[in-house]
Amino acid sequence: MNHDQARYGDDERYEPLLSEKDTTSVDVDEQSPLPDDLTRDSLELPGLSEPEIARHYTRLSQMNWSVESGPYPLGSCTMKYNPSFTEDVAADPNGAVHPDRSEASLQGTLEVLHGLQDYLARIGGMDAVTLQPPAGAAGEFTGILVAKAYHESRDDDRSEVIVPASAHGTNFASAAMAGYDVVELPSGEDGRVDLDALEAAVSEDTAALMLTNPNTVGLFERDIVEIADIVHDAGGLLYYDGANLNALLGRARPGDMGFDVMHYNVHKTFATPHGGGGPGAGPVGVVDDLVEFLPSPRVCETEGGYELCEPEQTIGKVHGYQGNWLVLVKAYAYIARLGDEGLEDASAKAVLNANYLAEQIDYEIPYEPFHHEFAATAGDRDAADVAKRMLDYGVHPPTTKWPEFVPEAMLTEPTEAESRASLDDLAAAFNAAMADSIEDVESAPSKTTARRIDQAAAARNPRLSWHALGDEE
Amino acid sequence: MFETPEDRKYQESHEYATTDGETVTIGITDFAQDELGDVVFVELPEVGDDIAQGEEFGVVESIKAVSDLYAPISGTVTEVNEELFDRPELVNEDPYGEGWMLKVDRADDADFDALLSADEYREQTE
Repeated sequence: MNHDQARYGDDERYEPLLSEKDTTSVDVDEQSPLPDDLTRDSLELPGLSEPEIARHYTRLSQMNWSVESGPYPLGSCTMKYNPSFTEDVAADPNGAVHPDRSEASLQGTLEVLHGLQDYLARIGGMDAVTLQPPAGAAGEFTGILVAKAYHESRDDDRSEVIVPASAHGTNFASAAMAGYDVVELPSGEDGRVDLDALEAAVSEDTAALMLTNPNTVGLFERDIVEIADIVHDAGGLLYYDGANLNALLGRARPGDMGFDVMHYNVHKTFATPHGGGGPGAGPVGVVDDLVEFLPSPRVCETEGGYELCEPEQTIGKVHGYQGNWLVLVKAYAYIARLGDEGLEDASAKAVLNANYLAEQIDYEIPYEPFHHEFAATAGDRDAADVAKRMLDYGVHPPTTKWPEFVPEAMLTEPTEAESRASLDDLAAAFNAAMADSIEDVESAPSKTTARRIDQAAAARNPRLSWHALGDEE
Repeated sequence: MFETPEDRKYQESHEYATTDGETVTIGITDFAQDELGDVVFVELPEVGDDIAQGEEFGVVESIKAVSDLYAPISGTVTEVNEELFDRPELVNEDPYGEGWMLKVDRADDADFDALLSADEYREQTE
């Protein structure tokens, strides 16, 4: 596979900034009502033509990686291809209505939101869903606040949340943000939850256990029913981290396994764009006992229509209005387009693709049988170096060095979107990177726009705004 | 091989403590800095703060990981190596010298007895 990423400009600067291409002074209106010390007489703006602007951004995109330029098997992140029809649905002007309009004039958007609440509840085996949280981690935090409100309503003072050592870092953060002490549960030898360790960890202080299933190395927690019993017998709640829901779609539901509260990563499971700091969505589902604590407002069905309703003991707002419409409507469109059979097929292919890819690569995979993702090990090589070398073969590498209990882990999740040919390319890149000389691997990448990054210097002297680009230091 | 000087004592969590009889100097070991990789940030307590043996006193962040620092002895902080805020790489380059982290007024002599000797620590890291 011959691959060279686009380069414009010289080795140091790549594509120039717009302001370096042209700076035209624009006079501004002197009649401004603002005080003089808050206004300027002129603005320095790039005076470029539309094609120059278009080329600038196209070049930037060519110097970057995306799922539209190649496979993107970033484990745990589920970098699913975002089908473009969902963009058309989001761009429909019928959806562009201000959420402060009267409920009577919002019936169409409320119906879509209510429909998504229903879809998600059904997929997760939950009784009710809020769409308000603006990201997966925000969903986790919301879910834990709901669990906390539930315990408090029963005058049940609990101080701890149990999180497996292999969990996503956000689990620890969400529990701590909600005011809980985090109890870390070591992984069992088989990579799953160790029931004895769990028995020892639960107590009358246990507010919740946060778990993802399949877990972070793709293994199904076979003892999930026993796990649920142990947590429930101690009076705690079971929280499902929806990060790995893609493996279960249409075949198993967290609610049926005994989970009480969960979040959905719509950017993973339902192919909406990954937020990248922009608007996202992390809906939260709960069982009946927790419904009255959900954020306000929710969308409720009335006779012949929909209205906004406030749960009786709501934890309040976690975001404006009903969440980020443009993301939610894409998730709705994706689920509606695929339907029951399509979703089931998506998860089957996600698991098949991960297992096919694993068969094609010459890497040890310590934990099996995995589902939609697997943690290969780079053995005596540095996983980060191998990953950088994979960039030279025209694919995005997997997640590296995590989970930490797999040495030099390469957590790989190809998703259902890749064809067999593209999985073969990916496997070839894995194997070539491992077969290359250690010198080539340690100096990689050599064919990308930006060559090997000095990570330590970048972390020690971060330049966090474009203003800093001119600084020599 | 990693350096494990005899003139100090060690904790399982890879901090060292050494004393000149008056104050105690605290930092992390050569083994620890190598495991962490390039250190990019160090968070330390302030002068006057109390630290307690076995309890967290700060955080060290490398390009690979963020790790808590645990106090090898109890005492009151008399000096903080502020040089590390601008040059965290000193922890990698010279962990037992310029990469020191805290100087502490020792509260209890017995604290040292609970720590590992250089030999014992070396065994743990092999």
